[in-house]
Amino acid sequence: MLGRWKTMLRIRRAEEAIGEMCETGEVRCPCHLSIGQEAVAAGVSAALLPGDTVWGAHRSHGHYLAQGGSLESLFAEVLGKTTGCSGGRGGSMHLRAPEQGLPGTVPIVAGTIPLAAGAALAYKLRGEKRVAVAFFGDGALEEGSVHETLNLAALYKLPMIFVCENNLYSSHLHWTERRVADNLDQAGAFHSVPGARVDGNAVEDVFEAARQAVGRARSGAGPSFLECRTFRWRGHVGASSDQDVGVHRRGELAEWLEYDPIQRAAEKLNMDLATHCADVDQEIDRALTNARSASTPDAGRIGEHVCAS
Amino acid sequence: MRELSYVQAIHEAHRQAMAADCRVFLIGQGLWSPWYAGGSLEDLDREFGRDRVLDSPVSENAVTGMAVGAALAGMRPIVFHPRLDFLLLAMDPLINQAANWSYLFAGQSSVPLVIRAVINRGGEQGAQHSQALHAMFMHVPGLKTVMPATPADAKGLLLAAIEDPNPVLYIDDRWLYNQTGPVPEEIYRIPIGEAAVRRAGRDVTIVGISWMAAQALEAADVLASQGIDAEVIDLRSLKPWDQTRVLESARKTGRVIVADPGWRTAGAAAEIAATVAAEAFHDLHAPVERVTLPDTPAPSSHAEEQAYYPRPSAIVEAAWRALGRRVGAAA
Ligand SMILES: Cc1ncc(C[n+]2csc(CCOP(=O)(O)OP(=O)(O)O)c2C)c(N)n1
Ligand SMILES: [Mg+2]
Repeated sequence: MLGRWKTMLRIRRAEEAIGEMCETGEVRCPCHLSIGQEAVAAGVSAALLPGDTVWGAHRSHGHYLAQGGSLESLFAEVLGKTTGCSGGRGGSMHLRAPEQGLPGTVPIVAGTIPLAAGAALAYKLRGEKRVAVAFFGDGALEEGSVHETLNLAALYKLPMIFVCENNLYSSHLHWTERRVADNLDQAGAFHSVPGARVDGNAVEDVFEAARQAVGRARSGAGPSFLECRTFRWRGHVGASSDQDVGVHRRGELAEWLEYDPIQRAAEKLNMDLATHCADVDQEIDRALTNARSASTPDAGRIGEHVCAS
Repeated sequence: MRELSYVQAIHEAHRQAMAADCRVFLIGQGLWSPWYAGGSLEDLDREFGRDRVLDSPVSENAVTGMAVGAALAGMRPIVFHPRLDFLLLAMDPLINQAANWSYLFAGQSSVPLVIRAVINRGGEQGAQHSQALHAMFMHVPGLKTVMPATPADAKGLLLAAIEDPNPVLYIDDRWLYNQTGPVPEEIYRIPIGEAAVRRAGRDVTIVGISWMAAQALEAADVLASQGIDAEVIDLRSLKPWDQTRVLESARKTGRVIVADPGWRTAGAAAEIAATVAAEAFHDLHAPVERVTLPDTPAPSSHAEEQAYYPRPSAIVEAAWRALGRRVGAAA
């Protein structure tokens, strides 16, 4: 549990640093921060083994760091440097840490869900005991391809997990403006993909639910669906908490701030937040200094890598 | 005449169309958000009610399909896609259904639908949030495509699109939103398929599309200071496009540059260049020049982004080449 707590803290502090750089203008690419949602990434990644893969979307700093992606490469990427995890080509919305099981994140809503299923199919065809995880938001369930993929995953008994991070919002819209019933945990049921609702701000609950789902996938029993209930503290994009959503969200935010996944886990562990923060911050400072001093891409090489050679 | 910004002109066109015709309704993402549509749809939900201004879930394909159905059922829907990139999820209803409908039922029924999609690029947004895909749509028979570059056209082309009995793709560019210009207050239409000569000239013709039409005017100023008299045509409609006006100008100047905000290969500029070369061959003094994006996706990092998007200087250099002057040499 200590490891999971440290992962959450690392995500939190790293994203706070990125948020500050968004505000000062040092970071120019759009950044979607997962501050407040760290337990989902930390809990799920802790249940995985090397070789398993995680597929993310626009809000994936947490997935990247929870998998063990390098802090320096993350900072360099959002700063548009050659040493970034995508060579500065992608920015915050296109992260990659293949060695750590993160093949690539993309900001097309629901875009990587079928891709995760495809990876799971590849593992299955080759007889490998690997598992693929698709992370996506509550908004992604509004795209048809998710439902097609749920059926395909069940039909082919794919070793995968659908992890819905339900933070109640899609951009500026509350779930009640987009849906009649609060029942996302049942999204897979019709397609014979078992689902569970999990407290997404309780890292141990997420870990336990993910452990079971991973076990099921690895044993060949097929996919599972987890709805992790959580809340993002910041705005949809950028560092501010309410720039895009207005008054309606504020009351809710105050409640969720009381329900901090990191604070709650710290209390359980009897941890001293300040000491650990200092350690993490040192690591962040070092990574940031290195990232800042890296070179920017050479504009003359703009045409490189359109196709693989 | 009163001046409006491009974004205000789009806003006014929506307001006036909705007030004048109860069949018009709006559906798509970001319609109730203060920022999503860049102010182009602000408060329309308050004025016309949320039953007629539907901020939809993230369901581009079904939303576009529903709009096709609503159009066939007698409505005049406007579907809003805050990025052209997201329209890619709705290709089936737009192309298989809407664009083919009139033809496949021998003209007995058609789909009076406006799809509005925004080119929203720059700002290190990267490859999946920066695409100018208009050429793909220009390829499709049965689908009209317009790309206004001025506030007056932003309003007049939207109103024309709403009244057209066919599916019309209306593409606006966020980089144009703050441009200002005279805009008539009343309802009016800019005919789809008609280009506008923005600047008359003798030496060289620059055909500009959307954002690049604005860049072409800047380039023409630079060229004028070098003693080159450029004619600037704002194409405005991509399909159908105004061959008459472009060819007339090509025959007059004998030198044509097409400035297109999209990619080079099989792009809008390629189509125009091919037509000019075929139809005005004997009047041309130089090969048709194209100023386009390089054939690469949009990079994110600032340094690469700066190199990626062509500036007026690229049009100026193309004009020099067409005039047979060495690039970089003083006029
Ligand atoms: C296909 C597509 N449509 C629309 C968007 C614009 N968009 C970006 S993020 C987002 C909200 C997604 O909400 P959710 O899936 O709940 O994820 P969250 O932002 O809450 O993490 C939207 C609509 C997009 N990126 N891709
Ligand atoms: Mg959400």
